[in-house]
This record gives sequence, C-alpha cells and structure tokens, in this order.
Amino acid sequence: MTVNLGKDLTGLEHLTPEQIRLILDTAEPFKEVSERPIKKVPALRGKTIVNLFFEASTRTRISFEFAEKRLSADTVNVAATGSSVSKGETLVDTAKNLEAMRIDMVVIRHPSSGAAGFLGQRIRSNVINAGDGKHEHPTQALLDLLTIRDKHGKIAGLKVCLVGDVLHSRVARSNIWGLTKLGAQVAVCGPYTLMPRGIEELGVQFFPRIEEAIEWADVLNILRLQLERMEKGFIPSLREYYRVWGVTPERLERSPRAITIMHPGPMNRGVEIDSRVADGPHSVILDQVTNGVAVRMAVLYLLAGGRPELADAAKRGGGAE
Amino acid sequence: MPPKSERTILLDARAMSRALQRMAVEVAELAHGTADLVLIGIQRRGVELAERIAKMIEKDEGVAVPRGALDITLYRDDLETVGPKPVIGETRLPVDLTGKHAVIVDDVLYTGRTVRAALDELADFGRPKRISLCVLVDRGGRELPIQADVVGKVVKTGPGDRVEVQVEELDGSDQVDLVR
Repeated sequence: MTVNLGKDLTGLEHLTPEQIRLILDTAEPFKEVSERPIKKVPALRGKTIVNLFFEASTRTRISFEFAEKRLSADTVNVAATGSSVSKGETLVDTAKNLEAMRIDMVVIRHPSSGAAGFLGQRIRSNVINAGDGKHEHPTQALLDLLTIRDKHGKIAGLKVCLVGDVLHSRVARSNIWGLTKLGAQVAVCGPYTLMPRGIEELGVQFFPRIEEAIEWADVLNILRLQLERMEKGFIPSLREYYRVWGVTPERLERSPRAITIMHPGPMNRGVEIDSRVADGPHSVILDQVTNGVAVRMAVLYLLAGGRPELADAAKRGGGAE
Repeated sequence: MPPKSERTILLDARAMSRALQRMAVEVAELAHGTADLVLIGIQRRGVELAERIAKMIEKDEGVAVPRGALDITLYRDDLETVGPKPVIGETRLPVDLTGKHAVIVDDVLYTGRTVRAALDELADFGRPKRISLCVLVDRGGRELPIQADVVGKVVKTGPGDRVEVQVEELDGSDQVDLVR
C-alpha cells in the first residue's frame, strides 16, 4: 500500500507510524538540498504559500520560510498585528480572503487549540499547523524525531523524557504522540503544577524528581518554561525552579549514560537548562534547528499536489467537494 | 481480461556486459580521455551503470574517474499529477562541475523528460563545459528534442510497451527485457 499524508498536517495524533516514517524518510534527501551551492529545487515552483502567524515566532517562521523558498514556492507572511486581524476579522474570513487570491497552502500558528484543524475543514488549501495553543506542534515533534533518529540510529526502544512545563506545551503533546507511535518509551518530569491532569492516559510515565528522570532516560527533551502563558502561582520563582528542576552538569554526571540533550527553543538559560548543558558535547539543540528546515520541506513537498483530484478541481476552478 | 503480455529478452547478461564495454570505450573517446570526465548516474539504475562504466574506463586508462548520483524527482514537471510522491533518492556530486565534461548515464531513454530534468538540476551545481548523454537502451518515443551520444542498444517500441532493465547490484542479475 502506498502511504499518503492527505490534505492537511494538523497534528501527529491521527497519523499512522507509516505516515510519520514517510515524512522522516523524505526529510533525509532534503538535508542535502540545504548543503548545495544553490540551495533550491523547483519542486513547488508556482505554488503560493501564506504563513499566517497569530503568535510571536522567530525560529519556526523562519524555518518554514526557508523550507518554502528552498522548494521555490512563493511566500507571503501575515502577522496578526498590523493586519486586518487586529480590526476584528475572523480567522475563517481572513483565510477565505487569502484563498480568493488563489493561494495553495497556509501555514498557521494560533493561540487557540484546534485552530489549524478548524481552518483545514473550511478551506480548500493545504493547512499546516505551526503550533495551535496547547494542542500540537507537529513539525517540531517531527524534527525532534528526526534528530533522535540521527543521533541514536533508531527511535523504537529508546527512553525519552520530556522535562518541565508539560502543561502549557504543544511540543510535549506532539512529541508524546510521535514517540509512542514509533515505539519509544516516553516519560514526563516536572512540578505537579505544570503537569496536565490525566497525562498517564497518553501512555507515559511520570517522574516527580529530575534525578529519577536522569537516571532513567537516554534522551532529555527540556521544555521551555512558558512564562507568557502562566498566571501567577505555578512556580515559586525562577531561581527556585532552576534549583529544583534545572538540568545541570552536576545532575547529569550521576547518569551512567551520555544523555542526549534537546530543547525546542527559545531557551531560558539558567532556568530550565544550564548553559554548560546547552552548549555541552551531548547537546543536539542546533541539529534540531538544522533538521527543522528539512522536515518542513518534506511536509510541504508531501502535501503539495498530494491529492490529484484536488489539483484537477482547482484547475476547473471549483472546490473538491 | 487484459491481453497477455509477451516478454522478450533484449540483452542477456553477456550481451549487456559487451554493450557496457563498448559504451565505456566510446565515453572515453567522446571525452578525449579522462582529464575532465565526470560520470553522473540517474537514480536508480543509472547510478549502478555509471559505476560499472567508470570502473571499465579506470581499468583501460589506469586513472580514477569521479562519479556521482543524481535524483531528479524534485525537478520533474509532473509532480502535480503523480498521486503518492515518489521516494527521493540520494543526490551526490563528487566535484564542482564547472569546467568538467559531465556524462549523464541512465538505463532507458524514452520521452526525454528525465534528461531535461537532469540538465536543469546539473545547471544548479555549476557550469560544465560539456554535458553528454549515455544510455543503455534507447527505445524511441521522444517528446523533447534530446538525443543520446552513446547508446548500448536501440529498439523500436510503442507507448504500451515496457523496457525493464535489471542490474545485478539491485535485482540479482543483468538483463534487459521488452514487455509488450
């Protein structure tokens, strides 16, 4: 059976292990494209992609933009501030207006959970979720999977622990789906106040102390403390957090293994991660960033024109339905 | 019921080996030696054939011949219409192509669209002084003004026919069949 991705990528929850592997395998040749003297292939020539960012983003937006440009797509960036969104236009109206200008794909980041799926059901263009509220951030999890596979040669059987602010983290949710589907053992570790209720139902272990997580794990994916999403009272203070939960060389030394260190960025150095760990020999944090472009190229390539009936319908000037 | 397909052998292992030997000599002749020669195989079977031809030239001339692999998937002009995406193979070019004589090696030359894509892709890797085309089988049916410089075997085919090339490295044996 041939594997296909369908129209949108809204999350990893509903993808099969084969679909996830297809994306990772397709990302491999795209790594090489970024090493060429001319970092560009014509695969998406003539496609128009809108990056619709309703939330601040540097890394993800630039990574998507590089991916789009290296595939020769034409891109437009729309930020919520300074656009008609700040005049009260609804998400669907914004997207429908963009579609009226004949676009092919929308990359969306939005503060509301489920926004990408909601939009995908209402417009004809392919929709890619670049992070929606506390729901999912699928391309981040995919680049994490690719980086783990690069470093360890496999994912199945590895012990991966997500550390810190799991409650506010869409990265954690997407990672849990992706890792468990590919056969990794997954754990979470962090203060009770930053753990979502019922997290064990996703098939993950919970470690109440960072020392236990370090003793157990092959890989630590250290999440950013999302201060902007927090009201008061989740943690006593940043210094207190570092003292109890910070990943430090002293703590890592106790592990018999060389633990791979990951962080989705942007890092709060000296809060969730010590600088000596972030810049240490087992850190793959910058490899994650490099792989991000390749993974996003793979997703764009696989979604574009992936449904011939849609392409035909678009040529006739109508919708697929 | 679909009509029964008929398979005839175009080249058996020995005939294929002889054809490749002759092609190796012709490539070296075409390039006036090996000084600037680079062989570039098109994924997938072109890569194996380029490797073999390079080895044969190396044996005859006693010098190393650089070779690379090219996957043209991302340069195809029909990505819109193919349903599931083809698996992308490795692209690996050993040297800067500027000033080189690049010889594209593929198993079958048919419409010419693969070669068109390969020419576009090579242009993104530098400016070779010359690009030639070397194919094991030329089956006619061109849709673009493209022709091969070195050919193993020419065969007339119709649109419904298939030319199947097997190479030992990937398929366990060397053989070229015409299925009609």
